Amino acid sequence: MKRWLGLYAVVFFAFLHLPLLTLSVFSFNSSRFTVWEHFSLDWYRAVFRDPELIEGTWNSVIVAVAATLISTVVGTLCAYGLWKRGSRLLTGTLYLSLVTPEIVTGISLLALFQWMFRWLHWHLGLYTVILAHVAFSIAYVVIVISARLRTISPNLEEAAMDLGASEWGAFFYVILPALGPGIIAAALLALTVSFDDYVITSMVAGVDSQTLPMVIYAMARRGASPVINAISALITVFFGLLIVISQRVREA
Amino acid sequence: MKLRSWFVLPTWAWMVGLFAAPFAIVLAYSFLARGVYGGVERPWTLENYQRLLDPLYLTILLRSFGMALLATLLCLILAFPAALFISRSSRHKNLYLQLVMLPFWTSFLVRTYAWLFLLRDTGLVNTALQKVGIIHAPLQLLYNDGAVLLGLVYGYLPFMVLPIYATLERLDPSLPEAAADLGARPWPTVLRVILPLSRPGIVAGAILVFIPCLGAYLTPDLLGGGRTVLVGNLVQSQFTTARDWPFGAAVSMLLMLLVTLLVWGILRRESEQLT
Repeated sequence: MKRWLGLYAVVFFAFLHLPLLTLSVFSFNSSRFTVWEHFSLDWYRAVFRDPELIEGTWNSVIVAVAATLISTVVGTLCAYGLWKRGSRLLTGTLYLSLVTPEIVTGISLLALFQWMFRWLHWHLGLYTVILAHVAFSIAYVVIVISARLRTISPNLEEAAMDLGASEWGAFFYVILPALGPGIIAAALLALTVSFDDYVITSMVAGVDSQTLPMVIYAMARRGASPVINAISALITVFFGLLIVISQRVREA
Repeated sequence: MKLRSWFVLPTWAWMVGLFAAPFAIVLAYSFLARGVYGGVERPWTLENYQRLLDPLYLTILLRSFGMALLATLLCLILAFPAALFISRSSRHKNLYLQLVMLPFWTSFLVRTYAWLFLLRDTGLVNTALQKVGIIHAPLQLLYNDGAVLLGLVYGYLPFMVLPIYATLERLDPSLPEAAADLGARPWPTVLRVILPLSRPGIVAGAILVFIPCLGAYLTPDLLGGGRTVLVGNLVQSQFTTARDWPFGAAVSMLLMLLVTLLVWGILRRESEQLT
């Protein structure tokens, strides 16, 4: 049976990873068909010459960085607050926001913004995307940080306060440093979730605030193209490196 | 006010303003009539919910349920042996876990697109089959239910592996040993001892896969090419092309109700089993 399991594992991991590998390999193919001609970087040049892709990337970076910063701070504070005293209502709401189908979250945020714009004469833009991304990232951050907090003894904070630290001091100099790796993990999760989101973003983004997934999606709806392969490979490599580096940092 | 009370305030603000409030608006819209220019109008009505009983929409709902159920089952069948393999491996356990988790860190959109690329008429699968001479004209592999199912299984498979693995890790190793001592062969041990014992992981994984599959929008749209209409696409089209917000709101509310009841019911049953 051991041999069968091993054999199965090979097939399983191939199924999980070969599609992306093939995609990346063919991004270096000069032909637009899935027959290997010769090595070429043409599709990568096309990526950097495409104004829509460049603008989409910038928008995505702005949104992801802003949403990650806000949701990490807000979520970490919340996890700490819940650790000190739990609230079933708030935890329940956070979990509910997590199981809500993305498309429902998207249309309800759109409905909210449209309803508000009846009085405020604003328009959908990058800021609505950031507000929406923070809304769905907080739950992820709270869950990751809460898991980390459960490994911290409450005595630690009490000891700091017995030794004369204020409530703030204990939080800043004892709890926050102990949470360090958890905060990095939570921020990375928020970053990837935000950078990748299409469904919610497409509902709340303005006409002039297309994010990278929206541009890619629009291209993919017209059919596969080697340019999408190239940008996909770039995204995959970028996040792969980010994860590897963050793990090195955490282990160091 | 104590420090900790201030700390949860920003999250409360965000949840009330950008989760509860939008939810309330959509709930209200679902009882209103469609406006002439696409918005909503009074009077209050139950018509949108009555329309849901139309066989056309019931079929879409049932299809979505069936699709999500099938995807969950396939994920379970594919994930269980993999989780078993990882929990039994000794040296490279961490590497295998990383390999399962890697897709979490790569874009869901990109991973869905990968299948668009592989399954298209001039994709790798069709090209290879034609080269070998099994087929002479490309098969229509994309834009059907099968492609959507494949995309869902591929997208959510890691969500099934990790919880099952976590349960298997905590499993008391003396139990399968006892089964072996009493004469059970390896396969029956897996099926009749380990599989039932990994129930908590299977339930957690099933929830994590079923819920996003039920409301899936991206996969059916991209790999189904608009031909596979699931409930997620129905919601989206009501809010965009059809511009029938009240009906779209009613479908959303039904979807939310189903999801919440399902999770609540399963978790309740499981906690009863534990106590």
